[in-house]
Amino acid sequence: MEETRYLRRYSDGDRINHWALVILFFCTALSGLSMFHPSLFFLSVLFGGGPWTRILHPFIGVLVFLSFAGMYLRLARDNVWNADDRVWLAGAGALLSGRKHEMLPAGRYNAGQKILFWWMAITLAVLLVTGLVFWRPYFAGYFPIGLVRLATVVHSLTAVGLILGIIVHIYAAIWVKGTTRAMTRGLVSESWAKRHHPGWVAQMTQDKR
Amino acid sequence: MSSLQSLDIAARSATTFPSPSVRREPEVAKLIDVTSCIGCKACQVACMQWNDLRDSVGDNDGTYDNPRDLTPASWTVMRFSEVEVQSGRLEWLIRKDGCMHCEDPGCLKACPAPGAIVKYANGIVDFISENCIGCGSCVTGCPFDVPRISKKDSKAYKCSLCSDRVSVGLEPACVKVCPTGAIRFGTKEDMKEFAATRIVDLKERGYQQAGLYDPPGVGGTHVMYVLQHADQPQLYHGLPADPKISPLVSLWKGVLKPLSVLAMVGAVAGAFFHYMKVGPDETESEH
Repeated sequence: MEETRYLRRYSDGDRINHWALVILFFCTALSGLSMFHPSLFFLSVLFGGGPWTRILHPFIGVLVFLSFAGMYLRLARDNVWNADDRVWLAGAGALLSGRKHEMLPAGRYNAGQKILFWWMAITLAVLLVTGLVFWRPYFAGYFPIGLVRLATVVHSLTAVGLILGIIVHIYAAIWVKGTTRAMTRGLVSESWAKRHHPGWVAQMTQDKR
Repeated sequence: MSSLQSLDIAARSATTFPSPSVRREPEVAKLIDVTSCIGCKACQVACMQWNDLRDSVGDNDGTYDNPRDLTPASWTVMRFSEVEVQSGRLEWLIRKDGCMHCEDPGCLKACPAPGAIVKYANGIVDFISENCIGCGSCVTGCPFDVPRISKKDSKAYKCSLCSDRVSVGLEPACVKVCPTGAIRFGTKEDMKEFAATRIVDLKERGYQQAGLYDPPGVGGTHVMYVLQHADQPQLYHGLPADPKISPLVSLWKGVLKPLSVLAMVGAVAGAFFHYMKVGPDETESEH
């Protein structure tokens, strides 16, 4: 049997940045959820109780934003929308329902991944701005109460939107076998890449030649 | 105080199950008759004395309001307003500001910390500081701009309606000390009855718009005012004409919470069953 050939998908820096973001995201999400719904308040014990959760959440939130900014600089170029993405989206239903999927056009990222990337970028920016408006004791005092109320609702709603996006992101990695190796070792098999990101493989091999 | 009165709690912040509610208690109220207040501030002194609070000496901003605003250590402040309802006839309106003890408290609704804010069966809304996490959501929720967060300990403070005194059958300190009888305390029903006699009296004296301030938008309050110009409560240092919990706060603490949890749990469940139905997406030549 032929030995599996691998392609390099992520550098060490990419992966460290990603996993730092994962850890920080879980910390903010869990601490935020504990203050969002009473049934989830028990999560605050993970952070040393209610007051510590309240103190830590916004600081970790800022780190999430900075960490994502790193990912943004690394990946934004590959997430620019192009004509192929419409074709991919049209075929996404068949792909999800498990019908043998045709080779859908995708570069380094497919349309679904791109949507998620921009969704993360937008929601994180909104979360940062709205979060500052009611961050006590440092900033909340500078804003009128009406704005604080609006920011609080928008912050909560946006956070739920982001968490839903992350659930999709995690599931996609579990569902599509061969994906997680990209983030644990930085490598993907050539056959995996050809199946999911034919445009990227073409680009990679072209660069080599 | 609350741990000694667990049967007397009608509502508890960030708690989704009902509070112990077998015991029934008459609702209490403090009635502040603005028309017989002389602005002596004895109530402010009694409040700081009973609650053992000493605010720092502030500075004068050209009004009689001292301190200028409610603070973590000043739970009540006399608000002085000079108005001309009829032109040429100056009126000095003095309102004792502080927590209104809403029947539907916005602070309690907004609070994310279980048991940090409670409403007793008698209607008093109390902050249980040991459970307070200092997030300031009570400030966001309050339609009267009452809670204040301490810079020292990041806890929220406000008038407790002397819940400790009331629980042993005493009137609040401010009521006890008021020299003109402008502040009264009793069952809400009795206070309404007394207010009605005051209003009749005021109307006879020419204040046709005299009335009781017990705003229905927050389910009524357990601190009520007799106002000589009840049609214009905003004259009294911006007392809101129709206070309500902001619809944004209601949205945030209402439908948004259960729907969001449903959506998140639904997404995880959806993913799980998708995997079980469709199976993993595998690249054949990898095996």
